Amino acid sequence: MAKTTFRKSSVGKKVLMALTGFFLMFFLLQHLTINMLSVISPDMFNDVSHFMGTNPIVQIALQPVLMFAVIFHFIMGIVLDLQNRKARPVGYANNNAGANTSWMSRNMIISGLVILAFLVLHFIDFWIPEMNVKYIQGDMSGLLEPGVADSGYRYFEELQHKFVSPIRVGAYVIAFVLLALHLQHGFASAFQSVGARTNNNKTALQKFGNIFAFAVPLGFIAIALFHHFTYSH
Amino acid sequence: MNLTLKIWRQKNASDKGKMVTYPVTDISEHMSFLEMLDVLNEQLIEKGEEPVAFDHDCREGICGMCSLYINGEAHGPDRKVTTCQLHMRMFNDGETITIEPFRAKAFPVVKDLTIDRSSFDRIQHAGGYISVNTSGNTQDANALPIPKKNADLAMDAATCIGCGACVASCKNSSAMLFVSAKVSQYALLPQGQVEATDRVLNMVNQMDLEGFGNCTNTGACEVECPKGISLENIARMNREYLKATIKG
Repeated sequence: MAKTTFRKSSVGKKVLMALTGFFLMFFLLQHLTINMLSVISPDMFNDVSHFMGTNPIVQIALQPVLMFAVIFHFIMGIVLDLQNRKARPVGYANNNAGANTSWMSRNMIISGLVILAFLVLHFIDFWIPEMNVKYIQGDMSGLLEPGVADSGYRYFEELQHKFVSPIRVGAYVIAFVLLALHLQHGFASAFQSVGARTNNNKTALQKFGNIFAFAVPLGFIAIALFHHFTYSH
Repeated sequence: MNLTLKIWRQKNASDKGKMVTYPVTDISEHMSFLEMLDVLNEQLIEKGEEPVAFDHDCREGICGMCSLYINGEAHGPDRKVTTCQLHMRMFNDGETITIEPFRAKAFPVVKDLTIDRSSFDRIQHAGGYISVNTSGNTQDANALPIPKKNADLAMDAATCIGCGACVASCKNSSAMLFVSAKVSQYALLPQGQVEATDRVLNMVNQMDLEGFGNCTNTGACEVECPKGISLENIARMNREYLKATIKG
């Protein structure tokens, strides 16, 4: 009985939300590290981007896992929100939610949907063109000019072009502010869901969560602004 | 004190219900909130109107019968008190106070401010017990050595009076704090180990069947709980549930 109902049970669903959340937080760190290389060394950024974009383990094994985690996390998040709304058919005339909870914890669905909208933009911007070049046009060389060996890799130049538009950079900044709000609750919440938060570690977890929620999105924003201002001028 | 009360009035379970405004006069700041409602009801009866129905029993914060969502919070604005322990000095003369029943699909309104919390009873029946032979040869509970820390944590969990403030405060109407307190009080003691696996699986299953929402760790329940039941219990229940699932 237990095994068949785990993923349908309220506890099972929150554990699965937490596990995909952990995976996505780890992915964010990895993505940020690679993005940082674009500021430190364009050559190194190009090399790592080419490796990530052409390595069969990353492309065939890890990329589908990431896709699954993203899709699962947002579909489950929406399903849970709809179920939770049904659990209170008649609402309160006066509800002082601010007295006992943070805005971030109450509005994970809002921050989550903004992040989802950003992901759609991000896919159109980076992922779909990348798939087109590599798997439809069949150019796995990663070169700026296909067939010209000394033209260098294209990744850094493409990145700079993307951050020229102030509208795109603005959308990027807004999405990452919402990501910060999402992580401010999500980080410690994930530990609670898998049963790892205790009264002894909860303060430390929340503090570390606050640092993670602030530093990671700020890193992405700073890199976007860096390229926007250095390339435009 | 003279107050304006906005109270949820609902004739019966099938009535739609609405908020009705009542003035109430001559309230002492030393009265409890329920005594204030007693005064209101006397004034309503004198006027020939239907008194407001509300749940209450012990009036000393241990039975879990009183409820009420007062000015947007379960058991009102004070902390770690039930509505019967809430004093009128927490309010100002001339203030307007909104009084609503605890809201959840699993807590249907019976009349006015009284609600049906039998869903909690059914969750308890699903596993909130230990099987002990009571034939007369019962072992003395103190014969089993229990670490002080666990005894204290089990006692803290057992102070849950099942009032439902956790459900009422939760934006998702989740009953996880209540269920986790009941799971924890046994999980921490040797007497609870025999049925531990079935207990957590069956109680969580019953909780889900009753139509409570899913926990999103907002922490409103812990803040509003009149007994200060800790969120740590929910983390413990999650561990117990994972353990039980793996064990099968």
